[in-house]
Amino acid sequence: MEYLSLFVKSIFVDNMIFAYFLGMCSYLAVSKNVKTASGLGLAVIFVLLITLPVNYLLNKYVLSPGALSWIPGMEGVDLSFLSFIVFIAVIAAIVQIVEMVVEKFSPALYSQLGIFLPLIAVNCAILGASLFMQEKDFVNVGEATVYALGSGIGWFLAIVSLAAIREKMSYSNVPAPLKGLGITFITVGLMGMAFMTFMGIQL
Amino acid sequence: MKDINWKETLLNPIFKGNPITVLVLGICSSLAVTVQLKGACVMALSVIIVTGLSSFVVSLIRKSIPNRIRIIVQLVVVALMVILVDQVLKAYAYSVSKTLSVYVGLIITNCIVMGRIEAYALGNKPIPSLLDGLANGAGYGMILIIVAFFRELLGSGTLFGFRIIPEAFYTAGYMNNGLVILPPMALILLGCIVWIQRGVQKDLQEK
Amino acid sequence: MNTNSNTYTVIYSIVLVVVVAAILAFTSQALKDKQNENVKLETITKVISAATQADPDYVIAEDADILEEYQNLISDALFVDANGEKAGQMNIGKEDKKAIEVASTSDLKKQNDIIKKIEAGNADAASELKLPVYVFNITGQTVTVIPCYGAGLWGPVWGYLAFAEDGRTFDGAIFDHKSETPGLGAKITETPFYSQFKGRSITDEGYFGVIKGGAKDTEHEVDAISGASITSGAVGTTVRTWVKYYLPYLNKLAAESAAAQEPVAEEIVEPTTEEE
Repeated sequence: MEYLSLFVKSIFVDNMIFAYFLGMCSYLAVSKNVKTASGLGLAVIFVLLITLPVNYLLNKYVLSPGALSWIPGMEGVDLSFLSFIVFIAVIAAIVQIVEMVVEKFSPALYSQLGIFLPLIAVNCAILGASLFMQEKDFVNVGEATVYALGSGIGWFLAIVSLAAIREKMSYSNVPAPLKGLGITFITVGLMGMAFMTFMGIQL
Repeated sequence: MKDINWKETLLNPIFKGNPITVLVLGICSSLAVTVQLKGACVMALSVIIVTGLSSFVVSLIRKSIPNRIRIIVQLVVVALMVILVDQVLKAYAYSVSKTLSVYVGLIITNCIVMGRIEAYALGNKPIPSLLDGLANGAGYGMILIIVAFFRELLGSGTLFGFRIIPEAFYTAGYMNNGLVILPPMALILLGCIVWIQRGVQKDLQEK
Repeated sequence: MNTNSNTYTVIYSIVLVVVVAAILAFTSQALKDKQNENVKLETITKVISAATQADPDYVIAEDADILEEYQNLISDALFVDANGEKAGQMNIGKEDKKAIEVASTSDLKKQNDIIKKIEAGNADAASELKLPVYVFNITGQTVTVIPCYGAGLWGPVWGYLAFAEDGRTFDGAIFDHKSETPGLGAKITETPFYSQFKGRSITDEGYFGVIKGGAKDTEHEVDAISGASITSGAVGTTVRTWVKYYLPYLNKLAAESAAAQEPVAEEIVEPTTEEE
């Protein structure tokens, strides 16, 4: 698979939000204004970029059937039933480490991303990306990284554009029962339809 | 112990405090499985079991969990339950487990599960936690099933795979609405459910 | 006890990990056979339902034992290499239905990876090919079933193609997919799509098309599913790619059947009939 095609596809076609509904909880909760939304979006890109390659390597050399063949005598071992738990533990641990490292070395970045990092451990988009990575079986770490970057950027675009719409929408006259959550759902649905025009693009 | 209002614990999450339409938790993974009623029912059932059991287990060990690794311990317990459900589905309901694919795994990060553990199970006894988890799972499952009902009926003209809309309609020019099958429509349906609910329960409306 | 001390935290996590791993390993072992059984059963069901399309009157009962059904119908199951020569044998379970061997979708995926390597220019990889072939005897007709596997719109699509004795004409076909759009691409699993294959044929060069907007050449093409041109196109590509590597074997079948058919000039192509 060409890197560019994979990159563009993971941003627009396989968009985490609009095609798979992943990371919806924080997507809806943190999209009230553009500034916080872009903060969370950046944090997602960042964490995806670190966790996905790590999970890829774990999957390839430890978890998938026959992956342990680099250890003599372990060829037949299939640990794939452990993949959920390993992935989520890796994500939670990496988020924690990243939080500590960023706090120590870059207080400026920490003040921007810091508050969002704990939210991310339970962001479905991160775990989802790892699980999709397992299904898509990329041939090398490069593809996994490109996929992570693309999905992250796709998520970032989605949350920032929703935040922009919601900022504008606060001046609109929305029927009372639809205010807030209801209209947001419908807006996301309409945005999803717009994104569907990218479906099937081949590069 | 006796002062816990059982009815409230059980019914509140299903209607007034519904995790999806009121608390906005757990929309993430599961709307994609609402294309067909069958998948939605299995997903609903899996979520009920996972929320119930993991709330129960976390509540059992709540006093022993070191605070610093609290989140990761909870995640491990949830992941354990999810893997068990996944393995059982693969063994006994293979065709369904295929349609759910990665979404079963994504129950782990379903905010409802973590949300209920943090908000309820950590501070309550096991049995009430179990019920709270089950009830929240049920409230969530109910929405899934409602959405799936409309999507399958309008999108494929079937329910549980049985044809509901008679052939005669099709010969008369009726067409399945292909749009309903696509992901965005699930959100719009959800928006409509929120609309109806908040139209009836006026106190839930946002300013 | 101080639940915040380092020692406690470390011991706690170790105990937790061990307990959880033990529970998981136990369940996974306990359910493994059952799960593998399911996977095998699914493949067998697909293969049989492709093969039995050869005889529209042959209906598999809802509650039939698929393994027994396979036992009765199968006459040979083998692997062929890129030159169409036999490269291995699968147990067809005539003595013991539990021993039936089939190539699962993950086996197909491995073969597909090799094919991808060859397509990318690495011709040496061709020696690694080990393609499964199932030969059935459906009410007197010899039906050869070959699998195909490739990328759909969202995930993999795969299928089983049943060929008549001439190695060219489809006796049936069946498809499956991992995650195509329900109601659109997922329709490749439904009768209206796959029943088009029966009676049509691949060209001598191995061409077969799934054409958007209606097939022009009704001998060697079928219609795509409207609204799902990418999935349908992917099915076409998958069929063509795999047929290409089976072509040496299919050519052998064609030659054999031509030799055998010489005296009896009987048309074996049946008109397309509606499936049950």
